[in-house]
Amino acid sequence: MDPVSILFGGLASGMVLFIVSVGLSVTMGLMGFVNLAHGGFAMLGGYVIVLAMKHWGFAFLPALALAFLAVALFSVVLERLLYARLYRATELDQVLFTIGLVFVMTAVVTLGIGPETQVIDLPEWLRGQTDLGFFSYRTYSLVLIAVGTALMIGLWLGFERTRFGARIRAAVDNRRMAQSLGVDVGRLFAVTFAIGSGLAAVGGGLGAEILGLDPNYPLRYLVYFLIVVSVGGLGRVAGVFAAALLIGVLDFVLKFYFPKGGTIFIYVLTLVLLLWRPGGLFGRRGA
Amino acid sequence: MSSGTQLAQRHRFRWWELLPWAAGIAAFFVFPNYLSFATQVLITILFALSLDLVLGYAGIVTLGHAAFFGAGAYTVGMLAMHLGWNEPISGLLAAALVAASIGLVSGIVLLRTHGLTLLMLTLCTMTLLEQAANMGAAWTGGFDGMPGLSFSKILGLFGFDTLYFRSQYLYALVTLLLCFAVVRMLVYSSFGQSLTGVRENLLRMHAVGAPVRTRQVLVYTVSAALAGVAGALFTQANGYVNLAVLGLERSAGVMIVLILGGHGRLYGAFVGAIVYMVLEHALAKAYPTAWQLGLGLTLVAVALFARKGVIGLVDSVRRRLPGAAR
Amino acid sequence: MSAAMLETRSLCKNFGALEVAREINFRLERGARHALIGPNGAGKTTFINLLTGVLSPSRGEVLLEGENVTRLAQAKRVKRGIARTFQINQLFRGLTVQENVCIAVSERLGVGGSMLRPAGKRADVIREASRLIAMLKLGEDAERLVAELPYGRQRLVEIAIALGLNPRVLLLDEPAAGIPSAESHILLEAIATLPEEIAVLIIEHDMDLVFRFAERITVLVSGAIFAEGTPAEIAANREVRSVYLGSALDG
Repeated sequence: MDPVSILFGGLASGMVLFIVSVGLSVTMGLMGFVNLAHGGFAMLGGYVIVLAMKHWGFAFLPALALAFLAVALFSVVLERLLYARLYRATELDQVLFTIGLVFVMTAVVTLGIGPETQVIDLPEWLRGQTDLGFFSYRTYSLVLIAVGTALMIGLWLGFERTRFGARIRAAVDNRRMAQSLGVDVGRLFAVTFAIGSGLAAVGGGLGAEILGLDPNYPLRYLVYFLIVVSVGGLGRVAGVFAAALLIGVLDFVLKFYFPKGGTIFIYVLTLVLLLWRPGGLFGRRGA
Repeated sequence: MSSGTQLAQRHRFRWWELLPWAAGIAAFFVFPNYLSFATQVLITILFALSLDLVLGYAGIVTLGHAAFFGAGAYTVGMLAMHLGWNEPISGLLAAALVAASIGLVSGIVLLRTHGLTLLMLTLCTMTLLEQAANMGAAWTGGFDGMPGLSFSKILGLFGFDTLYFRSQYLYALVTLLLCFAVVRMLVYSSFGQSLTGVRENLLRMHAVGAPVRTRQVLVYTVSAALAGVAGALFTQANGYVNLAVLGLERSAGVMIVLILGGHGRLYGAFVGAIVYMVLEHALAKAYPTAWQLGLGLTLVAVALFARKGVIGLVDSVRRRLPGAAR
Repeated sequence: MSAAMLETRSLCKNFGALEVAREINFRLERGARHALIGPNGAGKTTFINLLTGVLSPSRGEVLLEGENVTRLAQAKRVKRGIARTFQINQLFRGLTVQENVCIAVSERLGVGGSMLRPAGKRADVIREASRLIAMLKLGEDAERLVAELPYGRQRLVEIAIALGLNPRVLLLDEPAAGIPSAESHILLEAIATLPEEIAVLIIEHDMDLVFRFAERITVLVSGAIFAEGTPAEIAANREVRSVYLGSALDG
């Protein structure tokens, strides 16, 4: 594989990480809640798509939409019923709760569907190669890169230009002040959580080709999602984007050239970055 | 009640504190065929005890404690395999030293941060060690680890019994007793009290002039040493070491054990390890997915309703009994 | 002029464009009984935070008996002799009153880091803690968890902790707030029996307490010193009256 292909492969990987992790970054920045179960929503999204396409005759895009809606709805129910009770709890309790939740999700999927890796049949227009003139590459990966970039721009605009986005930014920066200014923090949490989880679901489905899809998905990629989120800076869309691409490309490159254990550099890099900037590359100065 | 009674009495031995050790000795005679399993339980108790110092008392949330367990385990393994150094007791000490050194350095560097950042950094440190162990196959045996290690007789008298684990069990029991004595002493000392202060109200501790960072690094180092001893016991008792001694599964596992038993309570590690491992032994192999589901639901329930674990539940029941003392 | 016990020179603090402390030149003399008053939001607690090291100033210096402590962390300043109480109680809620005070006394006596002897065997620590507890009439609550106490009694624990540090400078941030008037005399007695050499600075809104306690009053408005003087001077100062005291002193 030539360097350009490797780069694009890494970028595609990174895009998947971004789409899944951006929701986690915002909700963690917003709610201050350590949600280790976020990968579970990505997994559930992937499985919804598999079910929809294989058993209910959905096409790819409608299945994506269904995954977004179904998981968003499910996550809101979880959030209102369970998560909300732990907003004031200690970090330890939140870690415990979300680890337990991941176990439950993993077990339910294993029991309900099975432990095998699931494959999503990509539609015709995503298969094959696209010729960009100077080189040709997998259509699927190119689309991923385009979608990820579009999503980043869309989210960034949403944060900077809409009132809803302004409310989120205000609440991330200073929750109590936002509350005293009349922001309905409870509803903000629920809606943001839903969108974040829905995006994760889409990411889980879109990325199934690259990251795979099986019941162990959430635990396997937990560390990566957390790295992307903490290195990028909580609540910073641009930060998550940069961190996701960085990790995605690095991981791809390292796995290619040093398959035996090159990924150690990612952990070293994360260590160094977080010690240098505890709040993330784009986050606040201190943690 | 005169002032000073409770505080002055807290460290005194109570008769029932002998029970776990009596039970431990009794188990040796009552369950001769389960001593291998029982030894694993003892090792887990020690590991959970070390985590309790850091998590339960000092309030430092870490997902990377397996780093020290693994450091101790691999130290003993590598000494045995490459230097032919298989004397057990000195192996324990060497493991404690190596683990403590890693704990000291990482503590000084990491404990400057808190919250998610600290969590991530502890995770990264551990994963780094895991990757290093994976890569350094010449030293560590890589993915397969180092099987078939043998160790010389303890004190020159008691040989390791790979079939029935008799010596291993008693060896682990004595080691646990000694380490527990250290932990108990720390917990009841002024140092231990100040850790509780750090956990309860960090700002206040600064405001009474306590050198908070120093205390945190100290307890982190001691805890690392104890975890290292637990890891060393693992390698010595089982005769092998592999990557499973490191990694998120082991870190999360010991955290679960501790929380289920009751963190911040001396005997939480005991209760948690025994309950968890007995249940796991009985259920997990037969019904792995159901076990995972049950465990997950239990964790969710504990986080929501019983965050103090089994000991916490027992406490709240006792408080409701008529005539209960505070 | 001899070195004041605690002094600030041109102390400034701003958060971005928001100035919360402006060129504060303040002196707290040895054995002072000094009160700091001002309207809400004047920056009084911020000033205490700057004095104790919770906040670092944007400009200016803090001097303790002539020694520049501006760069010292909070804990180190406590070791040098500055103790404070917080406006909102900062206690170890899951511990008993006795344990709370013992922690402070242990740190002061330098045994807070001792690992070998059980805390319960430190008779000197326990004795000193009991003395403070008795002084603040908390004896019967000594073995109770702080979280179980009514807020007013918790406030007294807050003060016991500060006293347990045996400070040279004692900064009390609204010590009477939350203490029911029936028990406020306990607080007054405790303050009245403080050793003469300790310099005491109180932030208070209770003017009764202020005028009974203070030998010197500083008025802080919008982060800057508005007026300073003896209680009589301040009471007579018309600008102060209009800005802050208002009808509180009439009649």
